[in-house]
This record gives sequence, C-alpha cells and structure tokens, in this order.
Amino acid sequence: MLAPSVPPPPVRPRHPPKIQVRDLRLSYGGQEAIRGISFDVDRNDVFAIIGPAQSGKSSLLKCLNRTIELVPGAKQSGTITIDGLNVDELPSVYNLRRRVGMVAPLPVGLPLSIFDNVAFAPRAAGFKDKHELAALVEQCLRQAALWDEVKDRLHTLGTKLSGGQQQRLTIARALSHEPEILCLDEFSIAIDPVTTMRIEDVLKELKQRMTIVLVTNLVQQARRLASRTMFLWNGEIVEEGPTDVLFSDEPQSRKTYDYVNGIFG
Amino acid sequence: MNLPPAPVAGTRPLSVSTGSPRGPRRSRAAVLGESVLEWVIRLCGISAILFVFGIFFFVLREGVGFLFGGLKLGEFFFSTEWYPTSLSNVRYGVLALIVGTFSVTGLAMLIAVPFGLGAAIFVSEFCSDRWREGLKILIELLAAIPSVVWGFIGISVMNPLIQEVFHVPVGLNVLNGALLLALMSVPIMVSIGEDALKAVPDSFREASLAMGATRWQTVRRVLLPAAKNGLLAAILLGVGRAVGETMAVLMATGHAVNIPKSPFDPVRTLTATIAAELGEASVGSPHYQVLFIIGILLFTITFAVNLVADLVVKGTAKG
Repeated sequence: MLAPSVPPPPVRPRHPPKIQVRDLRLSYGGQEAIRGISFDVDRNDVFAIIGPAQSGKSSLLKCLNRTIELVPGAKQSGTITIDGLNVDELPSVYNLRRRVGMVAPLPVGLPLSIFDNVAFAPRAAGFKDKHELAALVEQCLRQAALWDEVKDRLHTLGTKLSGGQQQRLTIARALSHEPEILCLDEFSIAIDPVTTMRIEDVLKELKQRMTIVLVTNLVQQARRLASRTMFLWNGEIVEEGPTDVLFSDEPQSRKTYDYVNGIFG
Repeated sequence: MNLPPAPVAGTRPLSVSTGSPRGPRRSRAAVLGESVLEWVIRLCGISAILFVFGIFFFVLREGVGFLFGGLKLGEFFFSTEWYPTSLSNVRYGVLALIVGTFSVTGLAMLIAVPFGLGAAIFVSEFCSDRWREGLKILIELLAAIPSVVWGFIGISVMNPLIQEVFHVPVGLNVLNGALLLALMSVPIMVSIGEDALKAVPDSFREASLAMGATRWQTVRRVLLPAAKNGLLAAILLGVGRAVGETMAVLMATGHAVNIPKSPFDPVRTLTATIAAELGEASVGSPHYQVLFIIGILLFTITFAVNLVADLVVKGTAKG
C-alpha cells in the first residue's frame, strides 16, 4: 500500500533469502567496525544478532536501511541485497527506508501527538485521505498492542507515555509504513520484563507478515524468538546458524558456548 | 588510633569537608576570602536589578510631572499633530510616531523573519561543517556593525538604490528603514534560532529519516514543532531589537511626522524623536517631559516584548 513499487513476494516452499549480505565492511574514520561479514536472512523469519557492545550489531542495522550514509566518516563496502536487488542501486533511498522499519534501543517519541507519531511516515510518503489514515493508525497501534491503552487520548503528546508504551509506540510507528523487514535494536533495553514479553508476543504475530531482524543483548530473547542466530564479535561472525545449534551443548565454536551460557561477555 | 566519628548524614554537606581526614583544615583567610567573593558576586547580580529599576525610576521622574499635570492623554495617543515647539499651537500627539515605529518594525519583520529563520534552518540542518563555521562568523560580524554605520549605508547606498529601482522621489522612507532593521535583527534571529534547532535531540532526526522522511520533511514536521518555542523567542528578541533601534532609523526613514500610506512614505519613529529633540528641549519644559513620557512608552513596549519572549522560552524548558 505504501510501497507500491514492491508487490508482495510470491509464497514458495523454498524461496530465495530476503536479505543477502556479502563481504560487508564498515569503518568509521579508518577504524573498522565490521570486518567482512556475509549471511542470509530468510523471508518471514526472525533472525537474531547477538554479541557484546562494539561488535558492530547496530552499525549493521544502519547499513540495511542506508542510514549509515548520515553518519559522518562512515565508509562501507560489500553488498547488501533485498529481494535480490542491491540496496545501493535502488532509485529511492526514502522508499528503501520505508521498506525497512527500524526500532531504536531507547524509544524516541517524536514531539508530536500519539496519532501524529504513527501518521508521520504515511504522511511523509504522501498519504492524504483522513479516514484511511485514521484506520491505518488504529491498525498499527493494535498490532503493537498499544491501542487499548491510548485510544482515548490519541491527541496527547506521545512523549507523555511511559517507557514501555513509548517503545510500543515506536513499533507502531515502524509498522505504519508497512515494512517488509522490521529491525529492532535492543528494544527491551529500557523496559520492564513484562512489557518485553508483551512485545515479544507481538513480534511472533508480525513474523507471519514480515522478516524480523532482532539485535539483542539478551541471549535468551534470541533463543525464544529466532530460528537463526548470528553471534558477532568485534565486527566478525563467530558463528551463524540455527538457534538450536548455537544454544546447544555443542555449537561450532567454544566461544559461542561460553557467551550464551554467560561464562564471559 | 581513634577514628573521628563518621559525619552524620544531613548534618553537614560532604562537599564542605576540609581536605583529607589527616590534612589541615582550611585556613580562616581562605574561608573569609570565599565568603567575600560570594558577596561580591551577589552584589553584581543585584546591581543589574538596581540599574533597571534605577533607569525606569529616572525616566519616570522626569516625565511624571507632565503626565499627571497638563498632558491630555487622549491627544497624546490619538492625535497625529506633533508641534512640541510651537508658540501658538502646542500639540503633543504621538500617534504618527507610534504608527511610524510599528510600520518600520512590522515591515522589517516581514523581511527578517523568513530570512532569519531560513538562515537558521540552513546553518543548523543543511550546511556542511566548514560552511557553518564561516557563516556563523559572518553572521556575528553582521551583528557587530554599529547602527550609525547602518544609517550611513541607508543614506548613501539604499537611498539612491530605492529611488532608482522603485522610481520614487525620496529614498529615505519606511522601506529603507525596514531593510536596515531587518539586516540588523537577522543575526539575532539566526544565532538564537540555530541554538533552538541544535537543542533538538539528534535521535529525532534519526528517527524521522529512518522512516523514509526527506530532510526537508524532517525539518518541517519534526524540528520546527520541536523547536517552535525557541524560534518564537528568537523572533521576539529580533522584534525587541527593531523597536528599540534609533540611529539607523533616524537617518534612513526621512524623519517626517507622517502616517505612511505606502512603504515609500517617510516616517518618524518614537526613538528617533527622542534622539533628535532631547538635546534641544530645555530641561524641565513640557517638551522635555513629554519626550520622557515617550521613553516610558518605549520602555513599556520593549518590556512587554521581552516578557513575552521570556515566557515563551520558559515554555521551552517545561517542554
């Protein structure tokens, strides 16, 4: 609806990956943050990225929607393709960013009303019809499990909500441009465990319709949600594979075992 | 060794503790010096208040005798006849002067607000770091030009330019003064407006851009609403500057008591009247006193503008 250039992908039993990353390198002013990584993310899947701070997880997400271009001094090489198309060669970066929703670690409530927060991206994309907009806002807030709490005060400031509500508001906002890929960067860092579980339930729902890339510091969260997990360390992949394998007693790497079992890191 | 008793929480702030447990206590001179310094600083702060009240009191004292004895307030505010030195037909109507002040200020703001805010947005959001530094230096330089120099530019540059471009007989008029005032208040608006925009957290910009908004959409839909109080304060401070400006408007507006019918008519402002006539009015005469009443009027206007600006800025702090 909002990304008219991309028709919904045909459902096939064994389809090509949604995202392909090949030999991605990234440096900030000469200092390497990502050192040549390659991986695939399947369609309608939850793909978790774990690893300690400074391992390049957030930078990787920024490469996916090309917001890395806004960071001064950042230099990127390698290719990222979505649906087989190189993101660097797409005609409209704005369109790309609408296709790749992003939820930041700390909820950023724009200084607008709850309604305007969710309606922001559709309006920026040129969405005008008031009734459709209202319906879309309601749908997104429902999907983010926030509607019942805010339906009576849609026109109060979004920044007045509690931390957990604001985080769900940013998820509703990310859904408002109907992304095919939803990236979440440590979404539970500022919210309590109960709210975290509510959002995790939301994510399980959303998986039916979109591909989710989940960066998390909570290894158990990856275990609960993701079918594949990647363990990044210092800008390099230590191990990438089915989540069951990474969390088993015999992952490929000893380091993985130690990390997911809390022996270090 | 006996340890000294641990300080009980709340009896003495920890920051006043005097050195390490074994070190010497602070000397009496140091303690005295500090309290003297504290008083000096307090005095400086209070003196600012004293000066403001002192000025207001002085201006009021010079004008109050005539304000309550002799001046017809109806004539003062609603007559355009300003003949303060006439022997047979003395008139003290300042309506034309008030209209003069507001017409020049209003036109100046029509020019300066879009320019000033546009420049603030450009400097803060769109320009590269190197350009930004250069531009800011230039803008600050613009603020440092003395107003008499602006007046000189008004007479020697703008005057013939306006005559030529608009084919009018006189170039010293509302438009001339307004252009100068606009140039003088733009630097204030740019630097305060830029501060207001810079105060908006970067996370707002990132969130907006990550949702596929363009830079301009980010400015219009996120930054302007977020910074609106600061930007409004910038505008009001620019207005205050323009209302109070004297020398440039005295030189550039033609200095004729006149209600303007177009931007090409000459006018006279409240400030310019005081500047031009106070030296020639004999001390204590009604003319002298009425000039001070004009001063009170100006004081009230700028005070109101500053107060509104202040309240608006307080609004920002509350968020």
